[in-house]
Amino acid sequence: MNLRTFKIGGIHPPENKLSAGAPIEAAPVPEKATIPLSQHIGAPAVPVIKKGDTVKVGTLIGKGESFISANIHSSVSGIVTSIDSVDLGSGYKVPSVVIKVEGDEWEENIDRSVILKKEITLNSKEIVQRIKDAGIVGLGGATFPTHVKYMVPEGKKIDAVIINAVECEPYLTADHRLMLERPQEILVGIEILKKALGVETAIIGIEINKRDAYDTLARAATDFPGTRVEALKVQYPQGAEKQLIKAVLNREVPSGKLPLDVGCVVNNVGTAFAVYEAVQKNKPLIARIVTITGKHLETPANYFVRVGTMVNTLVEKSGGMPEDIGKIINGGPMMGKAVTTYEIPVTKGTSGLILVDKEESSRRETTSCIRCAKCVTVCPMGLEPYLLEKLADRKRFEDMEELDAIDCIECGSCSYVCPSSRPLLDLIRLGKANINRLRRERSKK
Amino acid sequence: MRLTVSQSPHEKAPYTVSKVMWGVMLALVPAFISSVYFFGVRALVVTLVAIVAAIATEYLTQKFLMKSEITAFDGSAAVTGILLAFNLPSSIPMWQVIVGTVFAIGVGKMAFGGLGRNPFNPALVGRAFLLMSFPVDMTTWPKPAELLTKMWLWVDVSVDATTGATPLGVVKEGLKAGESAATVMSQIPDYFNLLIGNVGGSLGETSAVAILLGAIFLLYKRMITWHIPVFYIGSLAFLTGIFWLIDPTHYADPLFHILAGGVMLGAFFMATDMVTSPMTVKGQIIFAIGGGLIAGLIRLFGAYPEGCMFSILIMNALVPLIDKFVKPKRFGKEVNYG
Ligand code: SF4
Ligand code: SF4
Repeated sequence: MNLRTFKIGGIHPPENKLSAGAPIEAAPVPEKATIPLSQHIGAPAVPVIKKGDTVKVGTLIGKGESFISANIHSSVSGIVTSIDSVDLGSGYKVPSVVIKVEGDEWEENIDRSVILKKEITLNSKEIVQRIKDAGIVGLGGATFPTHVKYMVPEGKKIDAVIINAVECEPYLTADHRLMLERPQEILVGIEILKKALGVETAIIGIEINKRDAYDTLARAATDFPGTRVEALKVQYPQGAEKQLIKAVLNREVPSGKLPLDVGCVVNNVGTAFAVYEAVQKNKPLIARIVTITGKHLETPANYFVRVGTMVNTLVEKSGGMPEDIGKIINGGPMMGKAVTTYEIPVTKGTSGLILVDKEESSRRETTSCIRCAKCVTVCPMGLEPYLLEKLADRKRFEDMEELDAIDCIECGSCSYVCPSSRPLLDLIRLGKANINRLRRERSKK
Repeated sequence: MRLTVSQSPHEKAPYTVSKVMWGVMLALVPAFISSVYFFGVRALVVTLVAIVAAIATEYLTQKFLMKSEITAFDGSAAVTGILLAFNLPSSIPMWQVIVGTVFAIGVGKMAFGGLGRNPFNPALVGRAFLLMSFPVDMTTWPKPAELLTKMWLWVDVSVDATTGATPLGVVKEGLKAGESAATVMSQIPDYFNLLIGNVGGSLGETSAVAILLGAIFLLYKRMITWHIPVFYIGSLAFLTGIFWLIDPTHYADPLFHILAGGVMLGAFFMATDMVTSPMTVKGQIIFAIGGGLIAGLIRLFGAYPEGCMFSILIMNALVPLIDKFVKPKRFGKEVNYG
């Protein structure tokens, strides 16, 4: 098989896909749902309910009013007990709607059947509106509101939808399981996305370590002309948008530009499924698949979870918190965030929770850079992390700007590989923040 | 439950500086064995003395002068010690080994701030210092022991009978004196002996086979890439080859140049030193071609029979310049799409 991949840099961390064999299991409806009004990139949604209101599953509770924002729906039925600020494990508090669950009553217009609905009746404009109404955001972890990607500016020509089924982060298996279990829905979702853009071509990029998912989708895709599955070499960070486009289409998104500028839109495979549910079944985004995993966890699993369910209940379901856990990661181990507590609600962006033991939790001691050039070799953006780190340390942010630091996609490959354990990405982030500050100051003048 | 909250990435590759250094040491084992085999037990002692002196110098400087963290045992000092020893004749007086090592580590490395900050390969700094300070001792070469029988031989500088010039020296002198290449070449060991290292020379440089074995290990473990050695040796062969093709009676052939002297050790173990070579592949190629050409020029026209050491030191000096101007290919910068 001819495997494609991106051309510059990349690493291959241990995959540790402990939950790859665990079928998706529906988590029970929680007794209380805590639903943050900001689960996406962009402005928080504005609450449209108040304390004491009764809501059903699928009731709109927060409206995305700004250009980049997303609607929020209730994932349960019951009574709104408060609209409170809740810590999502980052230390920042986010306004959230807390609902005391009573029964499981759904909005009437939602089709809860599992019958595959292939025929697409909405037109392109209606599809985008439905995606917007349903509050769909990128489910790969970035949580960018999906409908915004489909409002293509005048003059831009799009010729392909790319479906990100790479799941290159170690440990995570949500997308993998979804592809095995719901290939038809995914493919219809992709048809919908194609129709929304008016394009003929869709390419699903899958890394070949998920051979079974590749086979399943490739077989099913024969019924969908214009949609093909591309097997990719296993290489992190292939799930990064720019790297994925390079891998499947050999197009290079110019620095500072978007996929739109090279004629494509990229969506996660989970998002395609959510689009299917929204457009064909009128189901807003109120649940997602979450991988709960860790080397010491009794049963690593993939749960289909209502948004707002507390993560700790899922950990309990998987055998409880193991001893000696030193770090909890929300998301993948390469780009996810370490959280301060696991008593946090599942949001649209929760792709997984990884429980890391004490030993693997702390960083190694930092020593001097030995100029081994490994960081340069692995950087998928062709940057010089060792140099950027040094410059950031000396607060020479303008020089960092010269060296294209702003193009860093924060994939962490450089820090991963450094034998001296230099905090490369930490300092590059600091530099990027300062470059952005300088740019804002400059534009004010 | 106390949780660590650090920024991503949360995964870490298993290699560390000492693992890198231990890898290099392992790769030097074949050359070490061949040095003891050909030059007797004294080779072993020279190497050990250099290792101990290197670690001690780094330790003492860090403890008393720099008052910094002690990294003397991370393996890098030991590697410098070994590489310096490999660049010395086995008959060198022990005190000179110590002086050279102290200079290599003290001036070549610690004076610049320690590992990672030294612009020049410290082992070569040590060797250059010794060559200038003790030119006679540094160019008196014991002949290799007659296999096994003299393995326990303890060659001293005073024992004139057992010393001779290196093949490079013989060829350089011979050609200078106007003898034809054919005559000169007949006075040196044949290519088989050059290949296995049964010739006069520095401890660890003579056996191309042993060096290659170690190099294969380094390449396999991806601790070095092929670019520097191939381009270094290639450009040396290219330059010496041109002259040989033009006038084979007055110039030695390129294969001789590759096998004789320190080219193999230099190309695989000295020029590839990560601290003192460029950060990009393109930069490394420029560095290696420059080095190979300079080495060739020195050998063909310079005062010294060998040019490896100077070629690498000169290119070391150019590394900051190379890194400033040769940048990796950035993603999305030179695109003409759309
Ligand atoms: S985190 Fe940034 S600098 Fe580091 S490898 Fe990734 S893109 Fe390059
Ligand atoms: S990987 Fe680390 S040690 Fe190697 S060059 Fe980069 S910063 Fe320096």
